Amino acid sequence: MADDPLSLTFAALADPTRRAILARLAEGAATVKELSAPFAMSGPAVSKHLKVLERAGLVVRGRDAQWRPCTLDATPLREVSEWTDGFRRFWDDSYRRLDAYLERMKEQSDDH
Amino acid sequence: MTTETSAWTTPSDVELAVTRTFDAPQHLVFEAFTRPEHIVHWMLGPEGWTMPVCEVDLRPGGQWHMVWRRADGTELAMTGSYLEVTPFARLVQTESWGDDWPETVNTTTFTSSGTRTVVVQTTKFPTPEARERAMATGMTSGADTSYDRLETYLASLGA
Repeated sequence: MADDPLSLTFAALADPTRRAILARLAEGAATVKELSAPFAMSGPAVSKHLKVLERAGLVVRGRDAQWRPCTLDATPLREVSEWTDGFRRFWDDSYRRLDAYLERMKEQSDDH
Repeated sequence: MTTETSAWTTPSDVELAVTRTFDAPQHLVFEAFTRPEHIVHWMLGPEGWTMPVCEVDLRPGGQWHMVWRRADGTELAMTGSYLEVTPFARLVQTESWGDDWPETVNTTTFTSSGTRTVVVQTTKFPTPEARERAMATGMTSGADTSYDRLETYLASLGA
């Protein structure tokens, strides 16, 4: 799989559990134990998801050896957000332009 | 003129669809979607983009090739071929954005509704993972609750 930053971010976001973890971290830092609580999942399973998020630069682990609280780093999300807006806007802008263009096509076809 | 909105749906785990109604008869909308002299006037995305290349060989097996030029001068190219062409009603074509993206099969249907036309564009990805990746780009409004929360958070980041 491609390992450029955007691909890593997309891969990390392509899982509902990881998205839920990010949503939780958006509310504030949490330990692995706290993150595991809402999921029917073991600590190690959550840690595995956290590793993927860490690799994508979305999560930063604290230095405290015992607790290592997780915090969200939203920088890669900002890049995705810019991309996201671009894609949806492409068709919405195009469709709007087509609305106006079809009016012109209708007028021209009436002339003939 | 009323402003229509586009509706994004997921008909299967490898498909994404967008439905949009246009206030024009079916044959005009079909021509707007298939004839280069029309396409270059509207299928342009954001303000400032142009389409310097638009080649359409509208028949089964025929190729299509489009190149967009962004406002900053960079270009984006797409190619593919037509698998099915039913005039004024239905198009099936392959689409490739380049090596980073999987080839998709796009089906476009045009249905008359009074004086208006309903267009449904369905994109079929080779795997659910490929669609997931495209969905992560925001092609849909994201029904998933956690995703909504994430989007709310993204919005709160501001520009």
